[in-house]
Amino acid sequence: MMKFAVISFPGSNCDEDLYYAITDALHEDATIVPHTATDLAGFDAVLIPGGFSYGDYLRSGAIAKFAPVMPAVKQFAASGRPVLGICNGFQILTEAGLLPGTLQHNRDMQFICEPEPLTVTNHKTMFTSQFDANQVITLPIAHGEGNYYCDEQTLASLKANHQIAFTYRHNPNGSVNDIAGITNQAGNVLGMMPHPERAVETILGSQDGLAIFESLRQSQLRTV
Amino acid sequence: MFLAQVHVTYKPSILDPQAVAIKNAMHRLNFTTVDAVTQGKYFELTLDVDSAEQAQAQAEAICDQLLANPNMETYRYDVKELAQS
Repeated sequence: MMKFAVISFPGSNCDEDLYYAITDALHEDATIVPHTATDLAGFDAVLIPGGFSYGDYLRSGAIAKFAPVMPAVKQFAASGRPVLGICNGFQILTEAGLLPGTLQHNRDMQFICEPEPLTVTNHKTMFTSQFDANQVITLPIAHGEGNYYCDEQTLASLKANHQIAFTYRHNPNGSVNDIAGITNQAGNVLGMMPHPERAVETILGSQDGLAIFESLRQSQLRTV
Repeated sequence: MFLAQVHVTYKPSILDPQAVAIKNAMHRLNFTTVDAVTQGKYFELTLDVDSAEQAQAQAEAICDQLLANPNMETYRYDVKELAQS
């Protein structure tokens, strides 16, 4: 079985959703790993959940980036294995320098909690291989600080390296270039504001999120 | 002991919707002379160091690593020696 680590920080609140998405919907193995862990040996993928780690004090993700587990997360990412940060997880990955740019306050000062149509801008990543090119999917968003910002030079390099994985169809928060999710240059770290773990069963309104976890499983099968 | 007073603010290129909302509220209160509002964070660090140079070096390192996000924020700080108590 594929082994997923779900990192839990004080204030994480989507860790259990991710746990159930992996175990009940994907039928693979998941472990909730506390922020105090210093070793991620034996895991095949690391998931950084949404929530308000450390109360979002100072800036969202600013304290979590120094959590005891983060050196192991960085090492894991550097080894080329998949790291997926969702919502607050995306904010933590940008603060930690694993992804470029920053998540700012939403343009219209509102916390937005809505199903949001997205375009799969790059379906050739280890996170998106189960989608078609430019497939339109719907995933829920739930954030007050999801307005992706980077300078023009960074945006040009994101485009040139095909690092933009998901874009909003109707930009809800003011993100540069409608960006909803990006990968690092190597393609093994994905950060996204929408919540795939909240869209893994039709009874929840959408199953579109499951394809992201299925893509990870397929990439794992190919490497074994 | 030295005191570092640190101000962290958004770069001018960053949209700050909270500052815009505050400015709009000022206009509703008829403070129509307000042309722009900048909002930021203020920190006071009491530092157990022996010189102003050390205090500045500490404050700067802390700002770079933690208090400010260089993608969107800038910082400035003042350092002064605290009277012995």
